Amino acid sequence: MSAPARPESIAKLEKLVASLVARGVVSEADLAEAQARTDRASPEIGAHMVARAWLDPEWRRMMLANGTEAAERMGVSMAGAPPLGVLEDKPGLHHLVVCTLCSCYPRAVLGYPPSWYKSFEYRSRAVRDPRGVLVEWGTALAPGTQVRVVDSTADYRWMVLPMRPAGTKGWSEDQLAALVTRDVLVGVALPQVPVALAAE
Amino acid sequence: MTASRYSVGDAVQVRDDWPEFRGPAHIRTPHYLRGKPGRIARVLGSFANPEDLAFARPAPKRVLYHVLFERPPLWAEGEPGDDILVEIFEHWLEPAPTERKAA
Amino acid sequence: MSEPDPQHATHDIGGLSRFRCTPVERDEAPPDAFGKRVDALRQVLAGKKLMTVDELRRGIESIPEDEYFALTYYERWMTSIAAIMVEKGIVKAEDVA
Repeated sequence: MSAPARPESIAKLEKLVASLVARGVVSEADLAEAQARTDRASPEIGAHMVARAWLDPEWRRMMLANGTEAAERMGVSMAGAPPLGVLEDKPGLHHLVVCTLCSCYPRAVLGYPPSWYKSFEYRSRAVRDPRGVLVEWGTALAPGTQVRVVDSTADYRWMVLPMRPAGTKGWSEDQLAALVTRDVLVGVALPQVPVALAAE
Repeated sequence: MTASRYSVGDAVQVRDDWPEFRGPAHIRTPHYLRGKPGRIARVLGSFANPEDLAFARPAPKRVLYHVLFERPPLWAEGEPGDDILVEIFEHWLEPAPTERKAA
Repeated sequence: MSEPDPQHATHDIGGLSRFRCTPVERDEAPPDAFGKRVDALRQVLAGKKLMTVDELRRGIESIPEDEYFALTYYERWMTSIAAIMVEKGIVKAEDVA
């Protein structure tokens, strides 16, 4: 739940920041720059990485072997960032990402994690009842699909490379990327082709 | 890269150890895996031990693996065939009991 | 109905019976201004090698259980950052009281 911060917490934060600024440890410019940089990251980056992988087998191979390199090629500076891992969905295998211990998330290519990803309920249930979580999201898997939950416990950050949905023949990278939402990249949803748009 | 003790496909077991109950600790091996059997899916590389980084101690690099766990015996529920993939550091793993050679 | 949970540290909540039947609240909200500022502060301190993400996590994990579950996500971060800064002597305890 993202309840707003209590006034006393806001006051405490400002006290801490003021103290750090007064001691020359950080500056407001530092904070503004960090926030602006973080705001620039968004799931559109991850979506285009996936769309590109659907269109280009060489890109796909590179991305699966080295997600960090793929992110760099998208223009994301990964210096100092945790290595990015890519989980390849295949016929019969679907991945779902969680961090039960805290909230590790591939922020460089997805932006801020949503509150639900950081919630106790998601962190606790996803690993034990992934199919229940998928039902809550209204996500239906093809019969016979195995669910593999990936618990991010260490240095890597994980994103899902879902399978390209049917009905998208001839689509451009931008059109394909529009199907890849943040929820798809975490694995709680699958790319959905609106019936009206389905190509052959 | 630090030489890895295990290879892809090896049957391993997570140590049934609980250092967090003996004193201040920062453990990245989830409780639900302690003492449970798994299989090495991938060797991910070597990384500084977070257990030491958390206390600003010198942190030696340890090999990190992606280890695959099946649902029973973690929980007695879930779809047969579903599994869980978790990053585990080498010092938290030992060979699975059936794989251990006699002394 | 369900077995008792094995022992676990407060934050180590994977698969707990306590949350087994609670729906995930579909809160899509990105961080508010407070959250973004705490987030930025963590990044700046990390960039200046004053605090690692591991220390941040360790600080969060040492929050007593009642408080851990009562604080919001970024309040936990801020509690940890403040404690680590005091621990390292970068600020004084009274600076964050």
